[in-house]
Parts: sequence; structure tokens; C-alpha cells
Amino acid sequence: MFHALVGIKQVPDTTSIRIDPETNNLIREGVPTILNPYDAHAVAAAVEWKRKLGGKVTIITMGPPAAVSALRECVEMGADRGILVSDRRFSGADTLATSYVLAEAIRHIHSLEPIQMIFFGKQAIDGDTAQVGPGVAVRLDLPLVTYAVNIREVNMQDGFALVERRTESRNEVVKAGFPLLLTCEKDIAQIPYASLPDLVKSLRYEPEMWTADTPVTYDAAQIGLKGSPTMVFKTGTPEKHSGGEVIKSAEVGVETAVKMALDKILSIESLASVLGAQK
Amino acid sequence: MTRRFWVFIEQEDGKAHPVAWELLGVARRLAGEVKDELTKSGDTAVVEGILVGQDVEALAQEAIRYGADRVYLVDAPPFKHYLNKPYTSALTTLVKKYSPEVFLVGASTLGRDLAGSVATSLRTGLTADCTQLDMGVARDSVKKLLLATRPAFGGNVIATIICKNHQPQMATVRPRVFNAPQPDPNAKGEVLREEIEITPEMVNAQIVEFITNADSSVKLEYADVIVSGGRGLGGPKGFELIKELADELGGVVGSSRGCVDAGWIKYDHQIGQTGKTVRPKLYIAAGISGAIQHKVGMQDSDFILAINRDPHAPIFDIATLGIVGDLYEVIPALIKQVRAMKETRK
Repeated sequence: MFHALVGIKQVPDTTSIRIDPETNNLIREGVPTILNPYDAHAVAAAVEWKRKLGGKVTIITMGPPAAVSALRECVEMGADRGILVSDRRFSGADTLATSYVLAEAIRHIHSLEPIQMIFFGKQAIDGDTAQVGPGVAVRLDLPLVTYAVNIREVNMQDGFALVERRTESRNEVVKAGFPLLLTCEKDIAQIPYASLPDLVKSLRYEPEMWTADTPVTYDAAQIGLKGSPTMVFKTGTPEKHSGGEVIKSAEVGVETAVKMALDKILSIESLASVLGAQK
Repeated sequence: MTRRFWVFIEQEDGKAHPVAWELLGVARRLAGEVKDELTKSGDTAVVEGILVGQDVEALAQEAIRYGADRVYLVDAPPFKHYLNKPYTSALTTLVKKYSPEVFLVGASTLGRDLAGSVATSLRTGLTADCTQLDMGVARDSVKKLLLATRPAFGGNVIATIICKNHQPQMATVRPRVFNAPQPDPNAKGEVLREEIEITPEMVNAQIVEFITNADSSVKLEYADVIVSGGRGLGGPKGFELIKELADELGGVVGSSRGCVDAGWIKYDHQIGQTGKTVRPKLYIAAGISGAIQHKVGMQDSDFILAINRDPHAPIFDIATLGIVGDLYEVIPALIKQVRAMKETRK
């Protein structure tokens, strides 16, 4: 049986975060939380292969109790089981402490129901670090395929997968044995429309709640703030810029506005030479 | 004691990624920032490059010209192409042997894959996508620490991260965030060969095929001219006009995140916090409102020309020059005038 595991994160929708212009503070009220978009595509890929091969998709996340809604969203997409690892002692975790918590949880799941493929999104949109997936792979000593764009083959018989990943200069097709860990680009799979049974199931779905003590007993020195080598020293807001001249085309006419802009650009020597307009 | 400032010299097919040179410049500056501590303690500070590959020794010399005092070279067949585990193993072994204080890696696709793995296997801290790096005392530290500053929450917040009790203090930096130093043709340095044993079980993945990706030719980070489109284009067809202007100016096409999310253009073109960081000589932003997440990726461009219908669009706050108007009138006029200019110069 094909058993896929997907690690997900519930994140604030960073596109709707605003800064209070008076206080320069982050306005957190009313900012909706969403399933990290890359993770949603990772879940879609896992479900797609479960449907092809027959099997099961387990979702795991570390987060506050409210992250239940992100797990429900995964069930709506066709996942079978959701686990929320949640404990106050985990709070303040950086990527190293987070990868410890997830890796040990995955090790436990795998010991009871062997996993062939582990999926993560390529990064979460709140921190953008892209470090947790690789961290889990290292801790579990698994083959790692980052920036996966296409799963070409999952070979249950011989125990390997062929995965296409995107690098800066080309794509590579990587062959790796089970279990392997992928971090996924959005191209990996389309988000499916929920089927009615999955939708109904998700509405009432109560994920399993795991803590720092059970079923995995975590080492207190490796979790939360204590287990996090990095710490925030200070925070601030990005420096404000003041813009330059603005030409209103409605007032001077489009042709004149463009001519003024082009003249200004070409008056700068380095730009004129780039544009091949040097005299 | 030697305080080592390390830079990973990323290469592919024997060609260095320019971010390695940019980081050598940063490492040199950081080593200089602890100078006052050196005179007191009698320590020395050195900048060292870590180069892994096959037949890449020429790059070690290049690294020296860009400021490395010493290069540790791992040059063997298992390292011909980048593979996570062998490379992670090589870097982890070298770190354990030499105990660098700071380790900088480019936040390229390869560098992010590698840095996260190396930091985890060393159980140390890693700060991704830094936009500013300094050495300074923090939280009563005995020595100066790496102060790693990066945007968070989509660029709405700037956070300075420290890693006080673990070494090396690791950071990744995206290409083009810093300028590369001028190479010194007379620079002297040392190349030390390192042997790393790679057993067959350490090769847990293999590349079975390379596919040339036409879109990967989009080298936004190092382009001199970028013409970018945003949601104001109204649809994917708008990028045809953007491309026409870019071609006319010898530039490449960029995009805001909105257009990529809407499926109008591929991710490779995305500029901003979750895309690429660029600093071209000329950046033309057409129909881009200028959300913070976009601005952090392009605000260091030399000249920003913004075209937007909304006079209150935040893009005008960072634009060198703005035109308030309909991009479907302004850009065709711009194309026409650039063509006319070229004709007269012939």
C-alpha cells in the first residue's frame, strides 16, 4: 500500500498583512490564516498518487490548536489522516527545532505504517526559509529532492520514484529509493476540487492531537526556544523611500510624458550606453 | 586562534555562480569588522572559500582573486554534479575539521538545498535570505556575532537574527543583494586539497536525465534592463507588450507575484520576496502597484521607471521617475520613441 506523508504549515496570509502607519507595528488583527500555498500543492500531489496507486495520505503539522483548520482543508482535498503536534513547549521553535519535532513524529508514524514518500512545500510564505524540509531529510537520513516540479513515476514494485526538479539552469530527473523526501513547487500538481464525501468528512474531522510527551517523548533541550540556535535580536520596519518626479500623462499628453522620461533615462551615461544610444 | 569566515564557492559544470564572489566581498568586510577584537586577543581573521566539484581547480584561483585567503578544494568524481548528501557530507566534515565562525552560502536553488542540510547536520543556526550582514555585539556576547538581517512576513518586517551559542553562524544571501568586489589579478592565496570519502550508500539519489529548460535562460538577477508587468496588465496577453519593450531595450521580462499566481507567466520571471532579487541599471515597472513583497526584490535598481494609472500606487514611492497613465498608451509610445531614437543613431 502506498503511504504518503505531507508536512504542512498554517501561515498568515502575508499578502494581507499591513503595517500601522502611525505605530509602525504589524497589524495582526483580521489577518486570515491559510494553508501555506506550496503545501496545498504538495497535498494535491500526494492525493493524486494515492488515487493512482491506492493507499493513504497522512498529514502532519506542528502549530497552535487553530491549525486544525489547515488539516481539515487537507482532508477536504482527499487526505485520510491529520495529526497536529501541538504543545506550549514547542513555541518559539526555529527551523532546527521544528525539523526535530517533525522528524521524530514521522519516524514514529513510519514505524507503525511504513511511508514511501514524504512531501513538503518548497517553503512557507511567512518565513520563506525553505529549511524545514531539508532538515527533516537530514535527520531521518533520507534522499532529498528539493524544488520538485513533476513526479514521473512511483515504482512500488522496485521501491523508487523518478522526480523532476527545477534548478536555476535546467531540470533534473532524480531517481531515489523509498522513503524519499520532496519539497514541492506549485507545478507538482493542480489543487483538486473537493469531492462531496471528502467535503462532508472534512467538516467534522477532528485531527489527532499529539503533545511533547505522547506518543513521542521529546527531548526538552531540543524543542521550543531552548532547542533553537537562532534568536531574534531586534525587529524593525523597512526603511521608507521618497519617490522621484512623477509625470502625469493626462496633463502633458502621452507622447510628451514618454519623451520626458526617455530624455531623463538617456541623460544618464551608464543607461545610455546600455541602451546602445551613446553618441 | 584563527577566526575563519567561510564562503561556499558554488559552481555548476565548472562555472562559478557569481553569488560566490559577492559573498567573498561580504566575508572580507565582516572579517574587517572584528579587527578591533583581534588586536586585543592576538587572533587572526581569514576569509576562506570552500570549493567542491570535479576538475574545478581553476575556480580556486578565481576565488583568491575575489578575496579568499585560502581555498579548501574537494575535487573528485563523486562531486561532478551536485547531489545533496555527498555535498552535505563534504561540508559537514570540513566544518568539523576547521571550526569556522561564520559560513555564508548563496541562496540559490543549490545553496538553499545545501545550507539547510548542512546546518541541520551540524545542529547550528541558519538565517535565510539575508539582506544585510554585520558583525556586532548582541545580548552581551563576549565576541562580536554575525547580525543577520532579513525581511519577514512578506517583507513587512525586518528582523535581525543572531546565533549566539552555536557555530558556525550560517546565513544564506540571494544573488545580487550585494555587489561583487573587483577581482585583484595579483592576489595571493593558498589552495588546500581535502579528501572526502564517499561510500556507495552515501549516494542515495542519482540524476538520470538533464532537461534543458528554455525558461531557465531568464537570467533576471544579472540583467541590465528589466521590464516587469503586474496585475495592471489585465491578462496574460499584456506580457506580449512587455516582451516587445524588453526586446527593444535589450532587456528581459519580469513579473510581480500576482501575475504568477494568476498563471499569466511562469514563476521564473517573478521578482520580489518570494521570487528573485534584482538590481538592474534600468527597471521598468508597468501596472505594478508596488506591494512591499515586490519592492524588496527590486528597490536597489539604479533607475526605476514606474508606469501606473493610480497616482497613489506605492510603486511611485520608490520610483526614480513615474508616469501616471495607461500602460497600454504609454508603452506603445515608448516602443515607438525608442525605435525612432535607434533609427536616428544608425
